[in-house]
Amino acid sequence: MGWQLNKNQPIYLQLVAELQSRIVSGVYRPGGKIDAVRDLAAEAAVNPNTMQRALAELEQSGLLRAERTAGRFVTEDAELIASVRRNLAQEKINAFMWDMSTLGYRREEITALMRETVEGEAPDGAPPKEIMEGERTHG
Amino acid sequence: MAELLRCENVWKGYGGKQVLMDFNLQVDGGRIVGLLGPNGCGKTTFMKLVNGLLVPNQGQILIDGYAPGPESKARVSYLPDANYLPDWMKVEDLVVMVADFFPDFDAAKAIAMLSDLKISGLERLKTLSKGTKEKVQLILAMSRQARLYMLDEPIGGVDPAARDYILNTIIGNYNENAAVIISTHLIMDIEQVLDEAVFLNNGQVMLHKSVDAIREEDGKSVDDLFREVFRC
Repeated sequence: MGWQLNKNQPIYLQLVAELQSRIVSGVYRPGGKIDAVRDLAAEAAVNPNTMQRALAELEQSGLLRAERTAGRFVTEDAELIASVRRNLAQEKINAFMWDMSTLGYRREEITALMRETVEGEAPDGAPPKEIMEGERTHG
Repeated sequence: MAELLRCENVWKGYGGKQVLMDFNLQVDGGRIVGLLGPNGCGKTTFMKLVNGLLVPNQGQILIDGYAPGPESKARVSYLPDANYLPDWMKVEDLVVMVADFFPDFDAAKAIAMLSDLKISGLERLKTLSKGTKEKVQLILAMSRQARLYMLDEPIGGVDPAARDYILNTIIGNYNENAAVIISTHLIMDIEQVLDEAVFLNNGQVMLHKSVDAIREEDGKSVDDLFREVFRC
């Protein structure tokens, strides 16, 4: 799984974002054990101290739980995961709204366009092909 | 974390030319530090001083508490910027020779890395390409269980795929009691592996900061900051 890091944001924040998205999307299952710092750092090709910092941040927020000898686990608190997921979705929507406003779209136009896009689905309810592919590359 | 390297008020000149001027640097265990600066700023001179190949005109250098000498050399794994190995030797013989010099050398690790990079032990060093020679030297340096690794331009001549392998080796080799100092111009490639960036200019440390602090406070990558600070 690729870790796409950009060059301007602090690295640990990008690691936090990627780990959060893996947790809320279920790639890392609730209650599941995650890899050791060293392995995660190697996978992401980042400094182990930076990965450690990102994991500590997620422990602080409660998404991860460290057990002395056993390692780190994803929380089993479904409500917490759901609320983080909701917040992340809201951030994406805000960013999207901002992007659309830079194109000169007003709120009503955006919602109308969104409705059109969603209702343009195939009659059997399958989303348009491009969206499916977009989602697959996201994970 | 224990301090592994301390340079205090170090001066070094060649003839009339001052290269390091009141140079101060401290590196703690568990850190991966990038030593960055324009050509001729004193990076290699600093590396040579720490490794006892040069003697400072003034000032003090301590490695894990020892001045440069046999005790410090037993703790420092140094990859020089030039080929220092006898090039008529076969790669496998080099492994044996380095193992003889350094008790902390892990021959099995060296052999595994040679095979990962598809380098035959039977080849003589002089028959290898420039990049492959560099890989061999780097493998020998990284196969020691040292306290301090000093890598002078370790990835300059190697292809991008081998570069990734080398950076992964540095990450995989990470140990909270050991420190790594890497000098390079390929900042973009190593940036995310570093804890700290040290900018060297005119023989002095002009900036010593964590990579994420640079990104947070300056809003840009170390690479971009370097281009801005050293714009020609």
